[in-house]
Amino acid sequence: MKFVDEFRDPQNIARLAIAIAQQVTRPWTIMEVCGGQTHAILKHGVDQLLPSSITLIHGPGCPVCVTPMEAIDKAIEIAALSEVIFCSFGDMLRIPGSQKDLLTVKAEGGDVRAVYSPLDVLTIAQENPNKQIVFFAVGFETTAPTTAMTVYRAKQLGLKNVSMLVSHVRVPPAMEAILSAPNNQVQGFLAAGHVSTIMGYREYEDMARQYRVPIVVTGFEPLDILQGLFHCIGQMEAGTCGVENQYPRVVTRKGNSLAQDMMNRVYKIVSCNWRGFGEIKDGGFALRSEYQDFDAEQKFDTKSIVVAESELCRSAKVLQGLIKPTQCPAFATTCTPENPLGATMVSSEGACAAYYRYRRLELSKVQSA
Amino acid sequence: MCLAVPGKILTIFGEETLFRRGRVSFAGVVKDICLVYVPDARVDDYVIVHAGFAIHQLDERQARISLDELEALGNLERERPS
Repeated sequence: MKFVDEFRDPQNIARLAIAIAQQVTRPWTIMEVCGGQTHAILKHGVDQLLPSSITLIHGPGCPVCVTPMEAIDKAIEIAALSEVIFCSFGDMLRIPGSQKDLLTVKAEGGDVRAVYSPLDVLTIAQENPNKQIVFFAVGFETTAPTTAMTVYRAKQLGLKNVSMLVSHVRVPPAMEAILSAPNNQVQGFLAAGHVSTIMGYREYEDMARQYRVPIVVTGFEPLDILQGLFHCIGQMEAGTCGVENQYPRVVTRKGNSLAQDMMNRVYKIVSCNWRGFGEIKDGGFALRSEYQDFDAEQKFDTKSIVVAESELCRSAKVLQGLIKPTQCPAFATTCTPENPLGATMVSSEGACAAYYRYRRLELSKVQSA
Repeated sequence: MCLAVPGKILTIFGEETLFRRGRVSFAGVVKDICLVYVPDARVDDYVIVHAGFAIHQLDERQARISLDELEALGNLERERPS
């Protein structure tokens, strides 16, 4: 497949692995921000090509994983209403709320549908004029422009039966929360490639200067990850702290200005809770007052519910990069993709799911040795 | 979600409604994709697609530059005494 296969070329992968080994003179700790990058690293064994002095910490770049449990519970409450057709990206359907998940609501008779694009919601709304169509708007800055355009179109089309349960979050405030934590070990970042496709990378320049960490915008193929690491380690070895772009085939410094304009038109920046982090200042988006008619939280009077995470679940520590999934006592025992305790085991970008899928057998070999 | 996939634009429609869309092929799997965020993309261009929207045109020249850097590394390897 064009623009994919070339970035999986084994010869170039070997070249980069050798080049990285030759440039490393001391231990370094790097965080890859995006869950998609975590999966690529584990699936292709990128971490196993690195010298042992390089430590990779998996970042919180899994929007499904960081959606607060209160939002899941609100979604469940709305989805159970008989007049509602509840639409969501497929990943969200199995994320555990405090009592159940959205798939259980479907099994219990709720009209819950997985959609590929938020635009699908507009078609469903036009075909079901007597129903209320609600979309669970989860995702980072990569996804926010797609839901923003959907709300904008809904207003243009005069649709009265569409609303969004908004739970969009912003990556740079989370990176800053990690950098400013007293126990921070991160010395360099591989920044999320597709978030930067939308937002550009100007906003990382102040962060790199202030915290003195190199930030390399990186793609998702194994070659991208290794090339990003090569540049990041090169900076750390040289003592520099600039922003670099490893992914120029889809990322520019200013990003996609049409997408940014639509986000600014529809959303305002707010502080919000991230599952595993607590409140992050300016960490999310909410609908502007001109679009309040499309806000599901206002349309449906959801009770505020006190939620408690499973006591066994360590996903908060995994999301903050403090432990690896294999260090959680419940990993692959009480907590599996079939019976997940937390979001990180469910989501296609969750670190626990990645370790379960790609490293579980190695762990059993170690345990039985 | 950060996941986005490259696809090739086969046809474009809807220009008259100012809501431009296209049929995009992902190695043979064809989907209707919204092209409003890539106004300069044309038929036969590659775009990167997320949640039903093309979010950027794939810059083949930049892809080549990234790959060329790796071939240069390979040349350095050959010149280095073993």
